[in-house]
Order: sequence, then structure tokens, then C-alpha cells
Amino acid sequence: MSDVLVYPAIKEPAAVEVLSAGISVKDIFVEFLLIGSTSFGGGVVAYLRSGLVAKRQWINDKEFVELLAISQSLPGLNATNMAILVGDKLRGVAGSIAAIFAICLPGAILMYGAGIAYQAHGDRPLATAALRGVAAAAVGLVLATAVQLGKKSLSQYYDLIFVAITILGVNWLHQSVPRVLIAVGLMAIVWYRPRKPATTGTS
Amino acid sequence: MDQIPSLIRVFAYLSLLTVGGGMAAFPELKILTVDVHHWLTFPQLIHMYSLGQMAPGPNMMMIVSIGEWVAGPLGALAVLIAFFGPTAVLALLVGRLWARLERWPWRDSIQKGLAPVSIGLLVAGCLSMAKGALTGWTTGVIAVSVLMILLVSKINPALLILCGAVFGVIALR
Repeated sequence: MSDVLVYPAIKEPAAVEVLSAGISVKDIFVEFLLIGSTSFGGGVVAYLRSGLVAKRQWINDKEFVELLAISQSLPGLNATNMAILVGDKLRGVAGSIAAIFAICLPGAILMYGAGIAYQAHGDRPLATAALRGVAAAAVGLVLATAVQLGKKSLSQYYDLIFVAITILGVNWLHQSVPRVLIAVGLMAIVWYRPRKPATTGTS
Repeated sequence: MDQIPSLIRVFAYLSLLTVGGGMAAFPELKILTVDVHHWLTFPQLIHMYSLGQMAPGPNMMMIVSIGEWVAGPLGALAVLIAFFGPTAVLALLVGRLWARLERWPWRDSIQKGLAPVSIGLLVAGCLSMAKGALTGWTTGVIAVSVLMILLVSKINPALLILCGAVFGVIALR
């Protein structure tokens, strides 16, 4: 997260428009469809980066990081928020719609089929055993994601306190997610309030 | 069919909680779909959520399965629009406003403040899921192994989840 803050957004609309002039809504649809159908194993952000920055060169790395920072500060999945932001940058509202539709389509079709198959055969002992293994592996995957994200985006030890309060609020005090999000979110935002008039305890 | 308004309400609400990722909404997803509306059981939710981790694209596509179960193809479509529509519009508006907010000092405060909260919500969601998914030694060993392997290697997580399925068939039958 701190990398993001180093670069202020320099306004260079002219350069960007020249770059995106040759990109059609169809190009956007095709590239996002490709990302949406190949990004197995989560981590869509890495696939987006290699597709949009390295391969197509539609946006540069700095723009990518900037858009990712916006995606992460908003509700919504990173993958779909990125699709909206990149699509809009390249081709306005039509570009966003093409991008989000295309990135969701393959997974949606797959899970539609998976849902039907599960309903028909999910209670067979073999399927149940496989799914229990899958679920346990998914828990490990999500924890690994949390550790990797934490290493990347937490800048101070105080951050761990906010992480801990959030977890305790949801899992131990059984508060609802929106309540915890608003309460701890406000605390953390106030902690990082502008100008830092000496770091005294907040809350 | 008559469940479609409830589907829309539930998933539009859930979408607003997905700060930092879909997992943040998992505890509320469980309460609303399992406890309140009885659309599926907790084990079914965990199974679908985990299967969804293997699918390409945004990792919450399992909501399509829930929509389909409750109200067929229309239900699937309703859930998709309800879940992705509101946050898409928000991202579009804020994305356009963001450059203008460059000098707004609270912009950085919001970014820095939400980072730890979103990680906390990710872990919290994962713990809610773990309560249902980790039922004994075998599942615990699978989860810890996947965590360790992912922290030290760059293997594709989808492969590890597949390994989880194979291991489950061997050890959990």
C-alpha cells in the first residue's frame, strides 16, 4: 500500500488518450474474457497485470497500482473493480461493461454447471469426501492469501492491532460484519488521519 | 420465483461488505443464506464456496450456484446483477472522482486505515468457514499443509485444492 502513496497521480490525459485510441470495446471484451477463463487458482490481480500491463500495454505499471489501490479501498471484488476501472479508462462506460461482463462470464457459467452437478451428485459419499478435502484446502489458501496481503499492505505494527480487533469483533464478540467494518474502519482511518499532529492514542 | 426479491436484497447487501475481497462477506453470507433463508445448509455453502475457489475469474462466482438452486436461471442472473451491479457503479463513480480527490488529505487516511481492517475481515471470514470445514485431524492437516506450501512456493493454488480433493477421497471416505 505504501508504494501507492509515493506516486501522486500525475495528470497526463493526452498521453493516455493517444494510447487508448486504437482499443475497441471488442478488444477489451476479448482480453478480459481471456483473463476470466484462464485465471485458475485465484490471484486474478496477477493475471490482470500480465494481461493488461505486460502483454497489451494498455496501461502502465504505475497506473495499474493506482487503480488497484482504488479497487482495494472500495467494496466489491478486486477483480471486478479493476475491470470497471480499466474498462472506463480505455473506453468509458461501454468499456467497463464489456470488461466486467467478460471477466465474470466464464466463471459464472462454470459455477452454474457446478451448482447443478452438485445438486444432483453432491451427496454421494465420494463427492462429499472430495469436497471436504477441497474445503479444508480452501481454508489454507485463504489464510495464505491473508498472510501475503498482510506482508504487502500493512505498514506499522499498530496495523496488527486493527487486524486483531476486527477478527475478535466478528468471531469472538459475534458482531455483524457491517458494524465491525464501520467501527474499526473509522478507528483506523482516524488513526491515520491527515497531518499527524503527534501520534497519540485514538479511538 | 417468489424468492427473487429476497435473493436480490441479500446479495446486493452482501456486495457492500466485500471490502478487500469476497471472504469479508462470508460470515454474513452464512447467516443470511443458511440461518435466515434456509437456501442451503452450512456444509453445502462451504462446499460451493471452496469449489468456487478453483473456478477462474472473480472468486465469488459460487453465488451463481445459490441463485440457480433457489430460483433457476433467472435466480442466477438476479444474483449476479445484485452482487456486481451496485459495487460496479460505485467503482465507476469513485474511479472518476479519485483523481480529483488527489489533494483531499483523507484519501490516504482511508487507504491506510482500510488495509488492516480488510485483512482482519479476510481472516475473520476464513475462521467462520474453518469452523465448518475443519472437522478433525485430517482436514486440519490438509489446511495447514496448503498454507505452508503456499507460503514457501509459487505453485498454482488451484492445483493444491485439487490435491485436497484427492486427499479427501483417500482419507475422508
